[in-house]
Amino acid sequence: MSAHSTAIGVSSKRGVWGGGNEPLKASYGKLMMWFFLLSDIFTFTAFLITYLAIRVSYPAYAGSLDSFTGSNEYWPVPELVFEAVPFLHGIHAPLIFVGIMTFVLISSSVTMVLAVEAGHRNDRGDVVKWMLWTMLGGITFLSCQAWEWNHFIHGTEGGSVLTYINSIGQNVTETVFGANLVVNEYGPPAFAQLFFFITGFHGFHVTIGVVLLFLAFYQAAVGVYDKRGHYEMIEKIGLYWHFVDLVWVFVFTLFYLI
Amino acid sequence: MEIQENKSTLQVEPRNEEKVKKIWKTAGILLAITVVEFIMAFTLPRGLILYALFIILTVWKAKYIMMEFMHLGDEVKPLFYSIIVPLIFLVWLLIALAKEGTDIFMLRW
Repeated sequence: MSAHSTAIGVSSKRGVWGGGNEPLKASYGKLMMWFFLLSDIFTFTAFLITYLAIRVSYPAYAGSLDSFTGSNEYWPVPELVFEAVPFLHGIHAPLIFVGIMTFVLISSSVTMVLAVEAGHRNDRGDVVKWMLWTMLGGITFLSCQAWEWNHFIHGTEGGSVLTYINSIGQNVTETVFGANLVVNEYGPPAFAQLFFFITGFHGFHVTIGVVLLFLAFYQAAVGVYDKRGHYEMIEKIGLYWHFVDLVWVFVFTLFYLI
Repeated sequence: MEIQENKSTLQVEPRNEEKVKKIWKTAGILLAITVVEFIMAFTLPRGLILYALFIILTVWKAKYIMMEFMHLGDEVKPLFYSIIVPLIFLVWLLIALAKEGTDIFMLRW
């Protein structure tokens, strides 16, 4: 990658302070990506641990699973909240859809790592092919998430009868459908707030990822990396994309399994 | 002399089947762990033990993603540790906030 003219390997083109040297034997770009991801790990972990802390501060649902109704008195059972699948209206299919979403994201991570492997071999055709698959995976995941949010916001047909303090400070008892930031039919307000915030923040990361994937896909296709002499950009975007997958693995466990 | 304008000088290397095989194997492991988690969610009674098992399995999956997909294991040791060691602080955050949440529960209910 860089010309190893001195003992610590300084690129003649970029110099020491232009990112030309490679401390820890990793290029400037890769190193910075790692440190950015480390800071992002802290951000996401803070969110997820907050979710856990708020969750344990509410009573868990103790009744039988068949007679479950949402209430702001206790935390809902996730498999009874996330149980809908597109085109299968009214069918109880707990966690099936989110399972598909997880599968899609893990698969796109696999195609990404295949693109990185192709990049190591300077194989433009393979890089373009696998980047395209990865991008499709990302877009599919985002579409699934849009459907999931839509369903979560609009809610079930029956709704839940809740007593709560509405946005203008009145104490009301009424049937609530779906979810917003004040009240939701599934559980305490914090349940929907955390759902929107954490899956939203993750979805935002995926969206950025898809944009980056497209840029790299385009640049690889028109031969920018061939001219540059290396496919390191694929590697850096790959790191980011795997991180998005990594976060989803934890979101999946905390929101949908626990 | 031949003009090399806009022509790549990079040599395309043949596919490394062994590497590709390893990638698919890792993908298989990740998928298998997810399936196991799925089955556990429906068969085992809910409780602290199940939650602990879920978190252990998730960290195990995270290890595969970081070591195999992100190639963190192939980096030099100082870089590896400068990424992994700071994560120890998160263990404390987890313990502190789990206790805090339980205490709030005691106060409220």
